[in-house]
Amino acid sequence: MRGSGPESDIVISSRIRLARNLAEFPFIRRCTPEDRQSIEKMVHGRLQAIPGFKTLYYLRVDELAHVDRQFLTERQLISREHAEAEGARSVAIDNDERLSVMINEEDHLRIQVMKSGLDLHSAWQQINEVDDQIESKLSYAFHERLGYLTACPTNVGTGMRVSVMLHLPALVITNQIEKVFRSLQKINLAVRGLYGEGSQAMGDFYQISNQITLGKSEEELIDQVSGVVPMIIEYERKARDFLITQNREDLHDKISRAYGILCTAQTISSEETMHLLSSVRMGVNLGLIDDLAISDINKLFVETQPAHLQKLRGNELDTAGRNIERALYLRRYLQDRGKEHRDERN
Amino acid sequence: MKCQQCEKPATFHITELTGEKPHELHLCEQCAQSYLTQNPSGGMPIQPSLAGMLHHQLKVADTAKELAKLDEQVCPICGISFFEFRNQGRLGCPHDYTCFGSELDPLIVNIHGDTQHAGKNPKHHQQSSQDQTRLIQLHNDMKTAVEKEDYERASQIRDEIRKIEEGQS
Repeated sequence: MRGSGPESDIVISSRIRLARNLAEFPFIRRCTPEDRQSIEKMVHGRLQAIPGFKTLYYLRVDELAHVDRQFLTERQLISREHAEAEGARSVAIDNDERLSVMINEEDHLRIQVMKSGLDLHSAWQQINEVDDQIESKLSYAFHERLGYLTACPTNVGTGMRVSVMLHLPALVITNQIEKVFRSLQKINLAVRGLYGEGSQAMGDFYQISNQITLGKSEEELIDQVSGVVPMIIEYERKARDFLITQNREDLHDKISRAYGILCTAQTISSEETMHLLSSVRMGVNLGLIDDLAISDINKLFVETQPAHLQKLRGNELDTAGRNIERALYLRRYLQDRGKEHRDERN
Repeated sequence: MKCQQCEKPATFHITELTGEKPHELHLCEQCAQSYLTQNPSGGMPIQPSLAGMLHHQLKVADTAKELAKLDEQVCPICGISFFEFRNQGRLGCPHDYTCFGSELDPLIVNIHGDTQHAGKNPKHHQQSSQDQTRLIQLHNDMKTAVEKEDYERASQIRDEIRKIEEGQS
């Protein structure tokens, strides 16, 4: 994400997805390979008939190379499941990569809108319009009482998952992250780590999302998530203030060492990179590192992932090769940015 | 709702996306903490929650015989059995919500605390559940007609599908 948008020091991105199914086909699990082909062809054709959808580009995910599917997953344009599934499936993506429509994922359609920073209301406005436009061309499976019908009963009703990705390093360092989880439990919100791997090693990123999809309106579900985020932001800011007033030297040392490793390492794993970038990201927010911007760090989080490195290099790399390529990429990027900042100052 | 790992009330609801398919975890505070702080590769074995919850729900409510009977129910439209749904946690077609309704509703209440949609509705060509089910049947008939090279029948079916889609049925 671009490092812009409201509260973007802590909120990486806001995302809303809608699960929709066509009335006239079985759900994906019971589709024959021919059904999947028909659905893909039909949805693709109808989407292209929508005036605002002409500029979207369509990719047949089942015809892509493994590295390209992984690349799309790393950019959060398709889910891991969609990358690894079998059979006819595709994705439509808009130019700025904010809107993506997966065809034949767990549901026939998975529409997603993503925004930088805390911006759920504009995400909802956009996705609601997109949903209306699609619905004018396709008949959705809809039940008078249960709402939009989905393959999994956990999504039935609105079919909507609202999520916000937060960077919470200070709450992790001060061991307060569980307290935050506890405050979320009371209002039925789910917490998970980046890409589902909930751990500090994954860069202190946590995703907060609604658990319930039925019985509340879309606006109520959004308000619930967007209402709780400012509280978490405040806790994180307080924890950062605490760290910097109580322990400035230690914190500065930790962040500078992390930066030093990223600038000089000769081989580095994805996990270590995320961990160190997390420290540096907080350092930039706190003014302890001044030759990098948040957008640089966000870019590095994305571009040091395996498929991105291989696309950059132009050929396949094994783990050891990727670790060397990653270290090289980091050294070059950080040295160039550091030099630009020094030049600007002089 | 009880924790999937112990008997305490489940207060954490996590959607885990690391595995082959997403699954929901419903854990108490303690189990959630140990789950979230553990090494993801060394994860503890957790059943997909839907299957787990259903299993639990059925275990409490029914005898083995009744359970077997429930499991044998088959959706006339998509052919999925309740057993298959219980195992995979995914339904086969929109009609399953109607034909497995008495078993699904308690599960839906368990997950959402509600059984009444309160969000947006489709604005165009909104069809009744019966029409939607009829569409799935017609598509099936169409496949059969095409396989048998009965193009006259296929064209009749196509007209009927169009009528329903355009809301003229």
